[in-house]
Amino acid sequence: MFEGWDAVVLARAQFAFTMSFHIVFPAFSIGLASYLAVLEALWLATKREVYINLFNYWLKIFAVAFGMGVVSGIVMSYQFGTNWSSFADKTGPVIGPMMAYEVLTAFFLEAGFLGVMLFGLERVGPRLHFVATLMVAIGTLISAFWILSANSWMQTPAGHAVNADGQFVAADWLKVIFNPSFPYRLVHMVLAAYLTTSLVVGGVGAWHLLRDQHLAGPRVMFSMAMWMATLVAPIQILAGDQHGLNTLEHQPAKVMAMEGHFQSHKDGAPLILFGWPDQREAKVKYAIEVPKLSSLILKHSLDAPLAGLDTVPRENWPPVPITFWAFRIMVGLGFLILGLGLLSLLMRWRGMMYQSPLLHRFAVLMGPAGFIAVLAGWITTETGRQPFTVYGLLRTTDSVSPLAAPAVGSSLIAFIIVYFAVFTAGVIYILRLMAQPPHPGEQGPTKDLPARAAGITPAAGAAVEGAR
Amino acid sequence: MIDLATIWAFIIAFAVFVYVVMDGFDLGLGILFPLFPQKADRDVIMNTVAPVWDGNETWLVLGGGGMMAAFPLAYAVLMPALYTPMIAMLLGLVFRGVAFEFRWRTQKARNKWDLAFAGGSLVATMAQGIALGAILQGIHVEGRHYAGGWWDWLTAFSVLTGIALVIGYALLGATWLVMKTEGELRERAYHLSWMLLVAMLCAIGAVSIATPFLAVQYTQRWFAWPNIILTAPVPIAVAAVTALLLRALGNKNDHQPFFLTLALFALSYAGLGISMYPYIVPQSITIWQAASPANSQIFMLFGVSILVPLILGYTAWAYWVFRGKVRPGHGYH
Repeated sequence: MFEGWDAVVLARAQFAFTMSFHIVFPAFSIGLASYLAVLEALWLATKREVYINLFNYWLKIFAVAFGMGVVSGIVMSYQFGTNWSSFADKTGPVIGPMMAYEVLTAFFLEAGFLGVMLFGLERVGPRLHFVATLMVAIGTLISAFWILSANSWMQTPAGHAVNADGQFVAADWLKVIFNPSFPYRLVHMVLAAYLTTSLVVGGVGAWHLLRDQHLAGPRVMFSMAMWMATLVAPIQILAGDQHGLNTLEHQPAKVMAMEGHFQSHKDGAPLILFGWPDQREAKVKYAIEVPKLSSLILKHSLDAPLAGLDTVPRENWPPVPITFWAFRIMVGLGFLILGLGLLSLLMRWRGMMYQSPLLHRFAVLMGPAGFIAVLAGWITTETGRQPFTVYGLLRTTDSVSPLAAPAVGSSLIAFIIVYFAVFTAGVIYILRLMAQPPHPGEQGPTKDLPARAAGITPAAGAAVEGAR
Repeated sequence: MIDLATIWAFIIAFAVFVYVVMDGFDLGLGILFPLFPQKADRDVIMNTVAPVWDGNETWLVLGGGGMMAAFPLAYAVLMPALYTPMIAMLLGLVFRGVAFEFRWRTQKARNKWDLAFAGGSLVATMAQGIALGAILQGIHVEGRHYAGGWWDWLTAFSVLTGIALVIGYALLGATWLVMKTEGELRERAYHLSWMLLVAMLCAIGAVSIATPFLAVQYTQRWFAWPNIILTAPVPIAVAAVTALLLRALGNKNDHQPFFLTLALFALSYAGLGISMYPYIVPQSITIWQAASPANSQIFMLFGVSILVPLILGYTAWAYWVFRGKVRPGHGYH
């Protein structure tokens, strides 16, 4: 099997597949960890029972999602070596330390406090438990910081030199870490994670409100989630626009592919809304376009000239159709999310927040929209930077391991089978948890009472009693 | 002698050892799972590690990520050479990792996630042991690339080290249960510890006898004068620890068997270090050849010297929070 296949294509397929599965979980757990910290803070501040019920409700879901994120993440950290060993050898001195810092500052923090967060409330008392929740939430954000810095360096390399062995080495670590696209990518992704989570929380809240408008938990979570979507969606659109301008400066070919601009335009480039990009013929078929709008968006001037892919050597073109369409899916969903936020604002203003089945149905429908938008966004940026792994400096074809196609193909099949089996089950368990509304006295992952006799400290016990 | 590459070799070795210490007993519990068919027992076994397994596994990420950062050439050569065992290990860890949460989410008494937990642990352990043997027996390198085939890792020796690690982790798991459980479950863990200890001593002996035959360097390292002054204490210490372990098991001590088993692991690990140093890929790449540039290693050294003590601190705290015996129906779940 796989004789005659291209090992590079198979290695890319494997990375795309395992990465796409993985990114879904961090995108959710970054947002959810922060949401849990907010819920626990509100509970500690107000002592209202609804908040601790919601906390325990989402904590169970968090536990399942986080576990899946961990196991799919370990696969990623070893894949650089198994399938991309030339890349690992050449870039290890630069991105290796960034990933090592991610492990040291983020993964250990999350993992170290996760146990206490999930099972330790009655053992350590509410205050210390809140610290644990906060540490997990901060850990997810630090993790985003480092991994997006590493990814951004691959997209917009800076602060490096090349040594005698052909390896990239750091000349200036600050320039490496804070490379030109990093701040934009970090903001865009963290906001995306928050939006993704708010859509899930809002969708679950709406689902239960459709059955019963009076449930306290769903009302609170729906309202919180809709505030989040309303406030963050416009900021995200702005951040995305800025990120796009940054990309135009540093990776123009990517923007050309996103826009479908095969040809250069001397006086004002049109915005192609839809069409079918044909890579071989170098044109967009059946294009529906708005004249000069692309120049207005990208250059803030109707008649600004805009270069097209005809200025880029053909061997450096990214796959245009994928980049073009993934970008449109992301942007389209972004505006739908904005629409949901505005509709919720209108309903809130009219006092119909919990009584509008239209709003609730829309919110349920948009529940998974964040995940799709995140995936589409990553596909845009990762496809659009091809054919390079380190932009302009190291080609994807020069990055792979010296492996034959059958080895890479077989492991790809194994990953596909295992991931579909395992993560389908995980998603079903999460959906089952979501199908139940949160109720009074909601339990966390703790099913039984903890072993009090075995070493619970009197102080912590007293603190728990005090909190009741 | 003490240069950056050597310091980093010890740091990576430390990370891998902490991984073996911490995830070893987790995986051992998975390996022993089929021997405890009762649901109540299994719930207790799971609950002894549920709060800490994720932190334990993070050391594996540090070992891999740290190696890519500090010795990128070694990482780039070893991973393709160990392709199949690595993929098997990762998939095994997927199954056993999700089982921690998934098995509580279904009501069926004998659920398939128990099987995933046991099978995943066994496969991951076997793969780690095989990878170790494959590294020890040597890897075909040309230039900066692995140049062997994708079945080179599979030999009688690597299968031996695979089995040896399964036995070793199972012993860690059994002595962990002695420490963390009580009653009938603890009794059975005792009996298992005896049998597994005997098996582990046989495994250590077999691997020790086979290793010098792999390459003349290993023989010289261990038996040539004056090296033998430094190497002889290792087998002597193994004998001493074994005697203490036998006594601790005889006395039905709670904590000693687990920690003495760890000592046995530490000694075997030191022996491994003696065999390999200063090579990171035996007989072809030394730690100095594989080392990343000084400024990468120094940059990380700052982080490691501040963060690792901190990590060990809060990890110890997490273990402290969940200390003591775990009883049926008193789980964390």
